[in-house]
Amino acid sequence: MSPALIIGAALAYLLALFGVAAWADRRAAAGRSVIGNAWVYALSMGVYCTAWTYFGSVGRAAATGVWFLPIYLGPTLAMVLAWPVLRKMIRISRAYRITSIADFIASRYGKSAALAGGVTLIALVGVVPYVALQLKAVSSAYALMTGGSPDAPGLPGAWWADTTLYIALLLAGFTILFGTRHLDNTERHEGMVAAIAAESVVKLLAFIAVGVFVCWGLFNGPADLFARARAVPEVARVLQPAARFAYDQWFALLLLAMLSVIFLPRQFQVMVVENVDERHVRRAAWAFPAYLLLINIFVLPIAVGGLLFFGTGQANPETFVLSLPLAAGVPWLALVAFVGGLSAATGMVIVEAIAVSTMVCNDLVLPLLLRRKAFAQRELTGLLLGIRRAVIVGLLLLGYVYFRVAGEAYALVSIGLISFAAVAQFAPALLGGMYWKGGTQRGAFAGLAAGAALWAWTLMVPSIAKSGWLGDDFATLLTHGPWGIGWLRPEQLLGLGGLDNLSHALFWSLLANAGLYVGLSLWKPPSAREASQALLFVDVFERASAGRVFWRGRARVADLVSLVGRFLGPERATSLFLGYARRLGRQGVEQLDADAALVHFAETQLAGAIGSASARVMVASVVEEEVLEIDDVMRIVEEASELRHVNERLLSLDRLKDDIMSSVTHELRTPLTSIRALAELMRDAPDMDEPQRQQFLGIVVTETERLSRLVNQVLDMAKIESGHAEWHNSDIDLRALLQQAALSTAELFRERGATLVLTLPESVPALRGELPALRADADRLTQVLLNLLSNAAKFVPREGGRVELRLTTDALGATIEVIDNGPGVPLEQQQLVFEKFRQGGDAAHRPQGTGLGLPISRQIVEHFGGRLWLRSEPGAGSCFAFSLPWAGPKDEETRP
Amino acid sequence: MTKKVLIADDEPNILISLEFLMKREGWLVSVARDGIEALAAIHRERPDLVLLDVMMPGKSGFEVCAALRADESLAGIKVLMLTAKGRDTDVAQGLGVGADGYMTKPFSTKELAARVREMLA
Repeated sequence: MSPALIIGAALAYLLALFGVAAWADRRAAAGRSVIGNAWVYALSMGVYCTAWTYFGSVGRAAATGVWFLPIYLGPTLAMVLAWPVLRKMIRISRAYRITSIADFIASRYGKSAALAGGVTLIALVGVVPYVALQLKAVSSAYALMTGGSPDAPGLPGAWWADTTLYIALLLAGFTILFGTRHLDNTERHEGMVAAIAAESVVKLLAFIAVGVFVCWGLFNGPADLFARARAVPEVARVLQPAARFAYDQWFALLLLAMLSVIFLPRQFQVMVVENVDERHVRRAAWAFPAYLLLINIFVLPIAVGGLLFFGTGQANPETFVLSLPLAAGVPWLALVAFVGGLSAATGMVIVEAIAVSTMVCNDLVLPLLLRRKAFAQRELTGLLLGIRRAVIVGLLLLGYVYFRVAGEAYALVSIGLISFAAVAQFAPALLGGMYWKGGTQRGAFAGLAAGAALWAWTLMVPSIAKSGWLGDDFATLLTHGPWGIGWLRPEQLLGLGGLDNLSHALFWSLLANAGLYVGLSLWKPPSAREASQALLFVDVFERASAGRVFWRGRARVADLVSLVGRFLGPERATSLFLGYARRLGRQGVEQLDADAALVHFAETQLAGAIGSASARVMVASVVEEEVLEIDDVMRIVEEASELRHVNERLLSLDRLKDDIMSSVTHELRTPLTSIRALAELMRDAPDMDEPQRQQFLGIVVTETERLSRLVNQVLDMAKIESGHAEWHNSDIDLRALLQQAALSTAELFRERGATLVLTLPESVPALRGELPALRADADRLTQVLLNLLSNAAKFVPREGGRVELRLTTDALGATIEVIDNGPGVPLEQQQLVFEKFRQGGDAAHRPQGTGLGLPISRQIVEHFGGRLWLRSEPGAGSCFAFSLPWAGPKDEETRP
Repeated sequence: MTKKVLIADDEPNILISLEFLMKREGWLVSVARDGIEALAAIHRERPDLVLLDVMMPGKSGFEVCAALRADESLAGIKVLMLTAKGRDTDVAQGLGVGADGYMTKPFSTKELAARVREMLA
């Protein structure tokens, strides 16, 4: 096909993509975000599938059968099993405005600038081969489509005639348009995410289209395809399972893919930084694996189809997706497939470059710039964007250089795996940091450095050596080791042979990495700053951690506002601080206190723009800080959790108070209603007949008494509950006390026509020699007795009412029972009667009570260490009883 | 024809005062002491208006009102809720179950009488 057509189609596609991004940005500005949707989130994760998937998987499958699979099973496992890990990463990043994986690790270990720089370097060096892979894929595809040889795309020419260079620059331009258009650095890239989600759909559909064409266009369905494959020995060999199942290699690949799907800078960008809602993770946990399944269904059919169609070894399997439709005379499908492949490559490059540019800008360039006086006071918003754009161009050019150097020696998949192994080095420091408070900066740094060094030696150096670019002498390094030292050979370190180069590299690098991380962390305890960050990260889901701020010192509001303004722009800074002030219920920024919380707020806002390490340095430069010791950190944690306890108690007391207030209000209004109504009626009818007036006045008096009783009992209850009640304890003679109570209620029982029977033992034994049998407040006990007796009097039948007051004693104490022959208390009311303002019985009997008698009695009995209970069978009377232990409370004498 | 008013309240003294007030106003009065009794009286007496207390044993005023409104044959009966709880949520709940009016206790007898006259006009 003509280059003009191909380039035209590619440009048209990129413009359409840009249109999607611009549309999403406009929607976001209008407040109708398109990325607030779990499907878009899951699709944007599809950026995992790059040109590697699109071209490389088929190549891998054509060579080794099912070996393309672990790279997709890994992420599937990771998402299904480890989505809570992802959710925690999102929560942490949201809480502390973390915008990259370098920032995440650095922030966790005390906001260390050195660590941030180190992680950034690893990520940068690690993703360069990956970017090169995309360039290689696109340029091979372009060469094939325009009729050239895909195996030597543009190589013989000088660099200025190399199409790959122009592809790299074109992609850099688009990335800049997508990712760094806004002057506001902290905002999410809504447009980019929408475009990536769209790309995921495009590449999936294009790949499936080719797969369907191969299965049903070239052959009579998959069954026919595989039947024919088995008939050709060279092809059948690919499908044959290996004689020995390579557990080690499967394990290494699965582990690598599991770690990569979370730690690759672009995955961290779309899964964590661009996430708008934690709940989307749940949907993505199955939707993303489903996407991976769909895009892999036709890998094997296309690979086998290509081998059958062209014959083994006749065409490059990595471009079967294009060469099959071309050879079969369906150029439009080849063009669709080309756009799909371009889609896969551009998506990866755009997100990866944006993620890496953020890291390089915040964690490598900025710390150096900020040290220079010339930049110390300038407004830096524009500069930040400029740096990011330069980094994007730089990354693409580095990718191009790697492609020129090493691109020919390796297949797409192998290049990609080198990148995977690099980012896998983040695992110990990052996962350890999220779940283990003991991890230290020293351990993380040493682990990362050792892991990265071993990765470079065992994977990166061989990849360059095998390219032959540095001459054959350099290549002997692999076979004889440096200076002829055999045990330093990159692919057989310490003589460890028998593993494939990837498993070998992964084994040594992760072993050294994790070993140093754990070992050094245990060797010396973390500093105060590390410990405080550890608490913030590990306990991010605990409510206690909200509101913890580990900072002490003095600051001025104006300094903080102007500092944030330098990086975010003065207008945005002002509106951020105003929003913060409003949330605290203040009118304006000037009313804010420059306290630890405000400093923390300012630092978090800055961290979103320039990374937590730089933010820390900048904030420290405008405030006076006290150095926190580890003890201070622990004290702040304790204070915060104490404060939370007190708050919770106050809240529950508040609710209790509300309930009681509502009940008290009702109880007060009810008698007031009768009193007011009757008084008004008498006022408005001067000619009311005398008996009527007497009845009304009688009711008014009764209701007034009821009000007084209520007020007294509410006060009494409040006193007892708050512990302000007075207790005049003395030695109690229970027999005398009960007889007195019976006397006091004799009149009441006579009125009701009921009999009261007193059953007392001959004497109450005094235990333990001369000690008094019982110490308590006689008046309070009488109050309980009178309450129980008058309740009983209310409920006994009008004829033949009988109440028994009985005292029994045993070794433990005394039990007093009030037994009536009334209707009893229904089961469902037996607990209720002890609640405040709840009364048993029917309305006709009620006006006497306030609903507080029993609750108060119970409180009194319990104060003396006893128990008050009810035993009743409906229809067979009821028995209210309380026990008092011989040894009362420790002589709690009169409390003023 | 003289209109009929049913008073439902579990406080005997409030019942006495309301009964006196409504009779003085010239309505035919019947009384009920709890929610269940009130519903029975509504079916039996077919009053034109019910003065309905909210906090009653058996069935609360809200439940009585809801049951009344759910019964087609009882359409046209006016309901004036009376309650000692005067919170906004209670008012909203009362009107939500279909009460025609709502007064909090303690009420002014004049206002209550005027309100009943207006509702029965």
